[in-house]
Amino acid sequence: MVDKKQALLLEDFDIEIVSRDLNFYYGDNQALFGISVGMPAKQVTALIGPSGCGKSTFLRTLNRMNDIIPGARVEGQVLISGKDIYQHGTDVVKLRRKVGMVFQKSNPFPKSIFENVAYGPRIHGTRDRQQLAAIVEKSLVRAGLWEEVKDRLNDNALGLSGGQQQRLCIARALAVDPQILLMDEPASALDPKSTARVEDLIGELRELYTIVIVTHNMQQAARVSDFTAFFYEGALVEFNATKLIFTNPKEKQTEDYITGRFG
Amino acid sequence: MWKNRAVQTLLIGAASTSVLIVVLIFLFLGKEAAPFALTPGLSALFDSKWIPVSFQRERFGILPLLSGSALVTLLAMLITIPFSVLGAIYIAELAKPLEREILKPFIEILASIPSVVLGFFGLVVLAPLVKSFFGLNTGLNALTGAILLSIMAIPTVISISEDALNSVPHVYKRASLALGASQLQTIFRVTVPAALPGIIAAVMLGVGRVIGETMAVMMVTGNAAIITANPLDPVRTMTATIAAEMGEVPFGSVHYQALFCIGVVLLLVTFGLNVIGQQVLRRYGMRQ
Ligand SMILES: Nc1ncnc2c1ncn2[C@@H]1O[C@H](COP(=O)(O)OP(=O)(O)O)[C@@H](O)[C@H]1O
Ligand SMILES: [Mg+2]
Repeated sequence: MVDKKQALLLEDFDIEIVSRDLNFYYGDNQALFGISVGMPAKQVTALIGPSGCGKSTFLRTLNRMNDIIPGARVEGQVLISGKDIYQHGTDVVKLRRKVGMVFQKSNPFPKSIFENVAYGPRIHGTRDRQQLAAIVEKSLVRAGLWEEVKDRLNDNALGLSGGQQQRLCIARALAVDPQILLMDEPASALDPKSTARVEDLIGELRELYTIVIVTHNMQQAARVSDFTAFFYEGALVEFNATKLIFTNPKEKQTEDYITGRFG
Repeated sequence: MWKNRAVQTLLIGAASTSVLIVVLIFLFLGKEAAPFALTPGLSALFDSKWIPVSFQRERFGILPLLSGSALVTLLAMLITIPFSVLGAIYIAELAKPLEREILKPFIEILASIPSVVLGFFGLVVLAPLVKSFFGLNTGLNALTGAILLSIMAIPTVISISEDALNSVPHVYKRASLALGASQLQTIFRVTVPAALPGIIAAVMLGVGRVIGETMAVMMVTGNAAIITANPLDPVRTMTATIAAEMGEVPFGSVHYQALFCIGVVLLLVTFGLNVIGQQVLRRYGMRQ
């Protein structure tokens, strides 16, 4: 993990994900209010805040997964590597390849372990069996699952434990070689041991990917993230190095939340 | 607990009733058909002609009837399966809410039209169309029967397949889309495979309906008991034969017994198809 004795300075990093004056609506209900933030590359950014404050909604604006919700509407910009992903003519398929996602509840396909991980590369055109096998192995190794499943790749993925399923979903997301990994409370449905395993994994993956993780567990945010964004009622209250947020919050609301006065 | 036991007895009773009824049907059919096995003997059934009333020699070959049923059923399934599966996929996955609201009641109405009414439709609309389209002497043939049967089977198969597709958890689709799959890739690689057991069950039900259907087929297939694989030939099915001849046959005659033999064969065929269906279902269910 990074040395957090010294607070990280945002200026020292390349900013990979930028949102500008981002408003989001579910039909007539506005869920996000003017979110402007820049998240650094190859770092872990945690989104925290009380439930219903818009963390998941914001996360889904980053890979346009909100597009499939009827009546959903976006205003403002999201720039990824400098390109506005809501610009007319954006290739959503390409975007989602680049911006992978892991969901709150693990959701492997009812297929074999191998087929789960190979799914992404396959739909993006990889046919060669050996090449697929190599991708599957590499992804499972990265997700820390290889040793546990290498002898039963053809078993149904639904036979794995909850924690293994979630790591399989991470491997599946890694298999399409994304640049950014979005995780929506990836450990909230797991037991403490599996949670620790996933948190360690995030620590390993931060070298390779830009990670944005939603969590309502502040200890977890403190443990795994380099930067933290605190959301409240659809607005971004404060964004800063995790260390600063937790030791020296600028806003009263942030302080109240992290000291457990509400939430 | 006596209550528990009472309920259990009740349930066992209800469950075994259905078994009992099937056994009784088999026994009854067997009893009426059995004398045929002595004279003229079961080999008479493998004759290539069905001429149950004749001044020279009566012939009771059910092969032309079997082939007629098989031809009509196969053709009907060839039409039904692609139409219903694609239709179900469209309604469940692609249709806009408004389209769905128009299509669904329409399909339900289609499913509830009595088969005799559809038979009339086949006779006065479909048969002339088939006749002029292929330039035939008559439009009463296997193809017309198959199209008509498809019209009957498609709504049921669509409805059940659609249910199966709708019950595929949304999380699978979301996972697929988040990996950059297109909507069509998601449908054909995730949703349909996950719904496959239900779709197979729907198709099996459709086959059952097609094999068992009698009246409408009798009206439009031309009723010629010949062995043929040509869709444009008139044919005669097993069910149509029983329905047409049972009313006039002398009780207990050889002809009467032959009709019951057809009944037994029909029952065995449907039974066999059911077993196959279960096997297929189990295999694909496992693969899931
Ligand atoms: N699919 C949806 N349709 C309509 N409203 C939604 C939907 N998802 C979330 N919301 C609403 O948007 C707000 C933010 O929700 P969400 O982003 O899920 O919050 P969080 O992840 O921080 O708990 C909530 O008021 C919630 O009710
Ligand atoms: Mg959430």
